[in-house]
Amino acid sequence: MSLQHITERIRAAAERKLALRFRGGGSKDFYGNAPRGEVLDTRAYAGIAAYEPSELVLTARCGTPLSHVEGVLNERGQCLPFEPPHFGAATFGGCVAAGLSGPRRASAGALRDFVLGVKLIDGRGRVLQFGGQVMKNVAGYDISRLVAGSLGTLGLIAEASLKVLPRPAVELTLRLEMDEAGALEAMNRWAGEPLPISATAWHAGVLAVRLSGSDAAVSGAARRIGGAEVNYAWDAIREQSHPFFAGDGALWRLSVPSVTPALGLPGAQLIEWGGALRWIRGDAGNVRDIAKRAGGHATLFRAADKSAGAFAPLEPVLMRLHRSLKSAFDPAGILNPGRLYAEL
Amino acid sequence: MARALRAFLPARAVLFEEEDTRPYECDGLTAYRQLPMVVALPETEEQVQRVLITCSKLEVPVVPRGAGTGLSGGALPPGDGVLLSMAKFMRVLRVDPRARVAVVQPGVRNAVISEVAAPHGLYYAPDPSSQIACTIGGNVAENSGGVHCLKYGLTLHNVLRLRGLTIDGEPLEVGAEAPDAPGLDLLALAIGSEGMLFVVTEVAVKLLPKPQGARVIMASFDDVEKAGDAVAAVIATGIIPAGLEMMDRPATHAVEQFVAAGYDLDAAAILLCESDGTPAEVEHEIARMKAVLASAGAVRIAVSRDEAERLRFWSGRKAAFPAVGRISPDYYCMDGTIPRKRLGEVLNFIAEMERKYGLRCPNVFHAGDGNLHPLILFDANNEDELRRTEQFAGEVLEKCVAVGGTITGEHGVGVEKINQMCAQFGAAELELFHAVKRAFDPRGLLNPGKAVPTLAPCAEHGRMRVHRGALAHPELPRF
Repeated sequence: MSLQHITERIRAAAERKLALRFRGGGSKDFYGNAPRGEVLDTRAYAGIAAYEPSELVLTARCGTPLSHVEGVLNERGQCLPFEPPHFGAATFGGCVAAGLSGPRRASAGALRDFVLGVKLIDGRGRVLQFGGQVMKNVAGYDISRLVAGSLGTLGLIAEASLKVLPRPAVELTLRLEMDEAGALEAMNRWAGEPLPISATAWHAGVLAVRLSGSDAAVSGAARRIGGAEVNYAWDAIREQSHPFFAGDGALWRLSVPSVTPALGLPGAQLIEWGGALRWIRGDAGNVRDIAKRAGGHATLFRAADKSAGAFAPLEPVLMRLHRSLKSAFDPAGILNPGRLYAEL
Repeated sequence: MARALRAFLPARAVLFEEEDTRPYECDGLTAYRQLPMVVALPETEEQVQRVLITCSKLEVPVVPRGAGTGLSGGALPPGDGVLLSMAKFMRVLRVDPRARVAVVQPGVRNAVISEVAAPHGLYYAPDPSSQIACTIGGNVAENSGGVHCLKYGLTLHNVLRLRGLTIDGEPLEVGAEAPDAPGLDLLALAIGSEGMLFVVTEVAVKLLPKPQGARVIMASFDDVEKAGDAVAAVIATGIIPAGLEMMDRPATHAVEQFVAAGYDLDAAAILLCESDGTPAEVEHEIARMKAVLASAGAVRIAVSRDEAERLRFWSGRKAAFPAVGRISPDYYCMDGTIPRKRLGEVLNFIAEMERKYGLRCPNVFHAGDGNLHPLILFDANNEDELRRTEQFAGEVLEKCVAVGGTITGEHGVGVEKINQMCAQFGAAELELFHAVKRAFDPRGLLNPGKAVPTLAPCAEHGRMRVHRGALAHPELPRF
């Protein structure tokens, strides 16, 4: 499939005001509000366009399988630092459009922190280039990072350049038994020290702490933190195959300041990102108010019924800006309508 | 206008006499000057709001300003409008060591954040060389970097939340002290937007634990291209140095006369390569980097023996610009960024241009980021030299774009590089930038005419010109 094929498809849809739904491997169909519109399958526009390990930059087309990208990086001892979840046959473009990050997020940064540039096809079918393949670039508004996590509502991310990093030399995981309050206290205390903590997960009285870095740094930190060295399936946390995530009940994702005290909500809980990411199972009632009061927000991540809206409602001024931006990129309103917010 | 502002601002906060407004006629880029009609110096968010509402109602342009250290004319005042100085917003509102967050007003200076965080073993990572004077509000507007951003990121990576006011005075908040906020990433859009989208009134930044220690290697090379290749070699081994800077011989010679940093004056180029962390980590990483640099052809390697020597090695790098200002009546500074692998090629190209135009051009680079600051030395009183300098600089910036880079890595577009935006972006991208601007500011009242050119024909212009040390705040270390 050529770029021209995609641009023509979008142009035609815009003329007919026909909604389009971008889709790669379909691994995140569950995410956001229900997708609608005619499917535009991105998988045929694939391939790694450029990869230069000494530049720490990889550029790939949207349809490239994420596992292929990670495999290629792995061969050269590098990785996507934000450790993105796949949730199935994820594509590179879908990964950037969803903007989700995995266990390493609290230490390494989020997906958007690693976006350097995009080739975007907007709602008029125009091919636009923003950013580039260099680390520092302040020419023009930072559109590349605006479209990261925009769920395809501003355009099709045909190609993206991401900063990549060397894989850590050494990794080990420590297991400590702690209650929720103790774990929150410990995670925040450690985060204030120069320790190479690359992931944390607390669930049902057990805190797992992953250390990554040089041998010297990791062994020093392991002595400081204590606990028992264990094999821990971080993949199961990232991919949500851990038993906590099993079953059909609603799954809420709360993004809050890491120091937020125990929320005291009914239902099981799994905590990541040093306390800043809290997964809650089940009907959580006024969870949105609780998250907002804490200075964060709650996303209805997985649920059979998303009538409450997948994402926390925006303040009126922000919603107005979202709508204006949407119409700047997609005047006909045909790109993934409703996926982020009903109004967009 | 002054009368309208006086309705809610005290007399001392509204300046309109020429002797009072003169200090505001330019920012760090002194080649462009314009007296503002009025300068407003509000002290509270409510006063800022009323300034904006007043300007919006009267359709008068507003240009926000921090410390005025910017290098692209981003705070050049409007002759027919209000210069909105945020200089009085100097309060640190909250330092939360447990959450590792500082909440400050936009007029707080960059270095002050690290100072107030220091008792807790924390610091604010981005360290532009002007950090003792530049404000966090200005850093947000420009997405400022520093010599440590290869490892610790830019302003974008270290700001969590912004509070601000739209041109109509409506309060808004983007980002969060949580890892993310719902909806589109307006925080990323706002950072580096050069004061064009809304006025920032509060900034929450991330604080990091201070590394236990750091050491820096000074490596000498007998060939600039070899030094460029050594940069790639260090990265290729899987090390991300805390800082990785390069200076060529003309630059080290200029600096040495000025600050006596102890640089190797025989070297064609030197690299400064820093490691930070625990003592064991630093020792290990320094050993690895030394080995890589040696096998990449370094002819001499020195490692800082103590903190004083480490700071001395850096002092030369940070003083490069004032030093160059002393050996030439004028210099032109460029800010292009290129893919690292093209460094040798671009350096050779610059050397070729020196011969072609008969002008000297010392080079200092944020080598790890591929961010170049070539400085063309000239005398502005010599018309022909000025003309040759402009052509020289034009060719270098075109080369940066041609090798896949950008016209500005950290100084911003402002008024200075506005014409060169056309070399980098097509009409459709520029049109979209204008649409983004309209989404926030439909009548184009906030910092009009900056950062994004109108779709009129694009000529080669711009670049930073410094006449007879006329860089504002010449005492400040730069870049």
